Amino acid sequence: MTLKTTVYFLRKSLCHDMRCISENVRRCCSNQPNKRDHSFKRSPFVPPADSKHDWIGPPHRLSNLRPIIYQIPENETELEKQLRILRQETEDWNHAFWTNQNITFNKSKEAFILSQLKEKGMTEKDEKGRKRSLHSEEMAVFYKHFLDENCIRHNNYNKEWYRRNFTITLLMGRVAFHKLWRMFAEKAG
Amino acid sequence: MYKTPCSRLTGLVGTSVSVNQKLLGKNAPRNSLSTRSFIQLSRRDPSQWITFQHLNFLRRQYVMRSSHALYQRAKPKQTASLTHLEDHQDNSVIRKIQQVPTIDPGPVVATVLKPTSGQAVSPPPATVLPTAAEAGPEALEAPHVQMETDEVREARLERQWKELKVDLAELPDVYARLSKIKLTALVVVTAAAGFAMAPVPFDPTTFFLASLGTGLAACTANSINQYFEVPFDSNMNRTKNRPLVRGQISPLHAVGFALACGVSGISLLSLAVNPLTGALGALNIFLYTCCYTPLKRLSITNTWVGSLVGAIPPVMGWTAATGALDPGALLMGGFLYCWQFPHFNSLSWNLREDYSRGGYRMMSVTHPAMCKRVALRHSLGLVGVSGLGPVLDVTTWTFPLVSLPINLYISYLAFRFYQKGDRASARKLFFCSLWHLPMLLLLALTCKKSRTDPAGAAKTLSLAPAP
Repeated sequence: MTLKTTVYFLRKSLCHDMRCISENVRRCCSNQPNKRDHSFKRSPFVPPADSKHDWIGPPHRLSNLRPIIYQIPENETELEKQLRILRQETEDWNHAFWTNQNITFNKSKEAFILSQLKEKGMTEKDEKGRKRSLHSEEMAVFYKHFLDENCIRHNNYNKEWYRRNFTITLLMGRVAFHKLWRMFAEKAG
Repeated sequence: MYKTPCSRLTGLVGTSVSVNQKLLGKNAPRNSLSTRSFIQLSRRDPSQWITFQHLNFLRRQYVMRSSHALYQRAKPKQTASLTHLEDHQDNSVIRKIQQVPTIDPGPVVATVLKPTSGQAVSPPPATVLPTAAEAGPEALEAPHVQMETDEVREARLERQWKELKVDLAELPDVYARLSKIKLTALVVVTAAAGFAMAPVPFDPTTFFLASLGTGLAACTANSINQYFEVPFDSNMNRTKNRPLVRGQISPLHAVGFALACGVSGISLLSLAVNPLTGALGALNIFLYTCCYTPLKRLSITNTWVGSLVGAIPPVMGWTAATGALDPGALLMGGFLYCWQFPHFNSLSWNLREDYSRGGYRMMSVTHPAMCKRVALRHSLGLVGVSGLGPVLDVTTWTFPLVSLPINLYISYLAFRFYQKGDRASARKLFFCSLWHLPMLLLLALTCKKSRTDPAGAAKTLSLAPAP
């Protein structure tokens, strides 16, 4: 398999993916933080009305991330609202990234395998109808290429994830501190 | 108690102490392999753990060949095993879906049917298995049965919603998994080896305090590592059942736990042992959490940093005993440092797909030739480091001789890996590294140079501040 052919096929599939990705990202991230994008990932699950805690669901089939439904307490403070909105926004952003990552990876991998098989003159499925796969050393070319191509995108994601994670944890700390303070104030007063 | 298969702490400790006995039995190397494979995998990094298929292979080995009482797996809790079972089934369904070339996220979710239940109650065992069983074969049949499969799948997924509150009964298990307790135990064992090799009288109190402090520091580092890597862990088969991924505790709770362990561990080391050991512990936590963890996604230098992180605990053990950073301490660190490369490079060779998809920059993916070269180089380096044992007065001259067979064997496997670079040779090298390290440390211990120079020993002792 020549490098030119590999690059050609990968470019072809990635251009198509980029269009899909930008559509999905626009759809997901253009929403207001406190609105739910039901068409994209929300499951129909509704937690019981008397529950005072958040609920966490099974891993999403595309992003492998677990969605959380945040409960809004009756006397939610500004800080708590800020935390909830940030967590929801981060969850949506994370979900968008990983869905696109997994879809892109699988599509690029399929395209690469197809192009390699075509180069060898083999069909996609063998006589028994099973899909052909490539040798691990042949796939290694694709893995390296995928990493190199998405290097900047991954780095940007890392930086953003670390920043959001810290901010959320800091906010959680502040909320917890305020709750404790309120509790002691009520007990003393 | 732990959901994950293979080994208990006592099993590991028992193994490292009585390796000779075990090697006599035919199945013993395999037992130690299964045991240590899991532990050594945990040692490196969550994303570098073996895939689901490999884990199944190891687990089958472990369950079938386990003969020693220490290796018997504790019966998992009913709900815990149920969740584990559900997660596996879910994963298999997702994998089937992900094999379909054209995936459009929109329409698939739009076919979600009316909710069957809003309660996230653990279903009775009887319903889980048939659900999975019918979901499996039906998914492969003609499209007209897809609706039923979706309905069943949606109902099953709805039942998996859980309330996000801390379950006090599960908290010890959660903490154990958060701190990667088995990896922590391994780190403590290497620190203990460093302590035992130091040429000073054995002080049980200091030994215990140093081990405890090192263990707490390792818990901190592992917890922070998991805190940083939640979305990445979610996407890897082996790590997707971690406490933060599953929401069993909040990120704030995990950080609080890490801080508590860190402060107590480093204080214990600094005040009850000596400040040098405390400083090394703090340095190791910093290296692991702030250097190694972010670097995994940025550059291949993460492997060298990771090797340094693995080399520091035996140095800490030595400094806990002697209070000084002697050449002997660096020798013990040198063993671990050199060992890391054949161990990790061979492991990462078979995980290239996971690394690529997760965005981890590892030598095995980006610089495959270098990966093999470095593994070979450091395997040969082990021979050299073993030779330094008598030179630095740490071991007798017999040590390089008795360790030569195992060092040559791992170098031979590294050479085969270098030549062939295929999955089989990588796996062989990896499994060899699992028993090689305990053997090497044990041989070093048995060949430890006895203290024939009381003046020299007294001089070393006087440097250590009174605990």
